[in-house]
Amino acid sequence: MIQTFFNPEIIVAAWPIVMSGLWNTILLSLIVVPLGLLGGLILALLASIRHPLVRWPLMAWVDFFRAFPPLVLLVLLFAGLPFAGLELGGFACVAIAFFLNTGSYYGEIFRAGIDSVPAGQVEAARSTGLSRMQAMRYVVLPQAVRNVLPDLLSNTLEVVKLTSLGSVVAVPELLYEARQAQSVTYNPTPIVMAAVIYFLILWPLVRLLSRLENRALAGRR
Amino acid sequence: MVQKHIVEARGIHKHFGPLHVLKGVDLQVDERELVFVIGPSGSGKSTLLRCLNRLEEPSSGSVVVDGIDMLDPRTDINHARQRIGMVFQSFNLYPHMTALGNVTLALRKVAGKSRAEADALARKALERVGLADRADHTPGQLSGGQQQRVAIARSIALEPRVMLFDEPTSALDPELVGSVLEVMRSLRETGMTMIVVSHEMGFARNAADRVVFMDDGLIVEQGPPAAIFENPTHERTRAFIGQIQRH
Ligand SMILES: Nc1ncnc2c1ncn2[C@@H]1O[C@H](COP(=O)(O)OP(=O)(O)OP(=O)(O)O)[C@@H](O)[C@H]1O
Ligand SMILES: [Mg+2]
Repeated sequence: MIQTFFNPEIIVAAWPIVMSGLWNTILLSLIVVPLGLLGGLILALLASIRHPLVRWPLMAWVDFFRAFPPLVLLVLLFAGLPFAGLELGGFACVAIAFFLNTGSYYGEIFRAGIDSVPAGQVEAARSTGLSRMQAMRYVVLPQAVRNVLPDLLSNTLEVVKLTSLGSVVAVPELLYEARQAQSVTYNPTPIVMAAVIYFLILWPLVRLLSRLENRALAGRR
Repeated sequence: MVQKHIVEARGIHKHFGPLHVLKGVDLQVDERELVFVIGPSGSGKSTLLRCLNRLEEPSSGSVVVDGIDMLDPRTDINHARQRIGMVFQSFNLYPHMTALGNVTLALRKVAGKSRAEADALARKALERVGLADRADHTPGQLSGGQQQRVAIARSIALEPRVMLFDEPTSALDPELVGSVLEVMRSLRETGMTMIVVSHEMGFARNAADRVVFMDDGLIVEQGPPAAIFENPTHERTRAFIGQIQRH
């Protein structure tokens, strides 16, 4: 059993390749999380312009990309775009797919946060001469982000998990490299290693999330 | 020469969809004057105040404050609003900032002061409302009365020419009302022009120059406090005064 799932020799042999996979997963997360946050922020700021010409296309956009399975979106970009003469490579496809998909989720979270700030806050800010943008930046957004911090973190957890989708389009992230190692060694140990690593990097985030959620609950009481 | 009013609102109408909330209001306020606005709930007092600094866009009419046409699309409204302080019933302090941060924000971002300048001006404003020692407290650490005084400091730090108060003491526990009225009284002594929506009749009696009674989107009657309170000419004014004095 131990020989099959925790084979020490294979751990040693697969170590470098799994580590390089881990590094790529971290790199990927460091790219797609800020990208998704940025996309979400742009969507939420656009949504705060309550003009119907902005509002309806925006709702359609957000709904579409939230309903679209991210894996399908990714494969479509990776396998479909070359037919349009656009060969982007796995990494870029993952970045775009995440920007579209998780950006829409982040966007909804930011929007809920902005809506949670009482209108009187903006009125007070505008009455002292702050512009619409300044009121958003200095008064609304800091409160909005604070109010939805648990949701932002929870979505970020999902995003980090979803980076494993990169393996489908040959981005050498953690899962992909582990599977490479498995197919060379004919042994599942590298997959187990990947699973343990995923757990080790995500578990602190989960703990942090629980604490934030408890605090939010306590604050609401 | 014609007397120049610092606030000159003429023929203000305001519709909210089918609701006709202001039905042609004229209000002129002299420099250094303290005008009290009273009237039943829903009569349009808040809407009128909010039309003066264009938090609410009047459907028609004109508003000129300190010589600036507030409704002219070419007016830099953000610049104009610095000259018109506004104090809200619910304080609306920024909860994520200290008292000092609340006061310095517009000083820095609108008036363009450096951090050091803004801090100095803000501390001076907090001192004027008796809260110099609370500069580093957040709104959550302050009583309602203290919060409202910080809100006043936030406005006066910008050296406005006019101050609008929308029921500044209605959200306060009775024992905290006095401290806010005290600050308003000292503000009046410096010659600040003030328009106050409030039902603090005692304050109106000994501080107001003029009382304006509104009902159903119109100014029904106005005059010196004594005249309005003791001798109202209109039936609706009489009914309203009687009602609030019974309370
Ligand atoms: N943004 C808005 N949209 C629709 N209706 C509004 C809006 N603001 C005010 N109203 C309506 O306009 C009328 C006048 O409101 P306003 O707040 O000016 O009255 P008020 O005299 O200040 O009353 P109160 O003493 O209760 O504060 C009310 O019927 C109110 O419901
Ligand atoms: Mg009101």
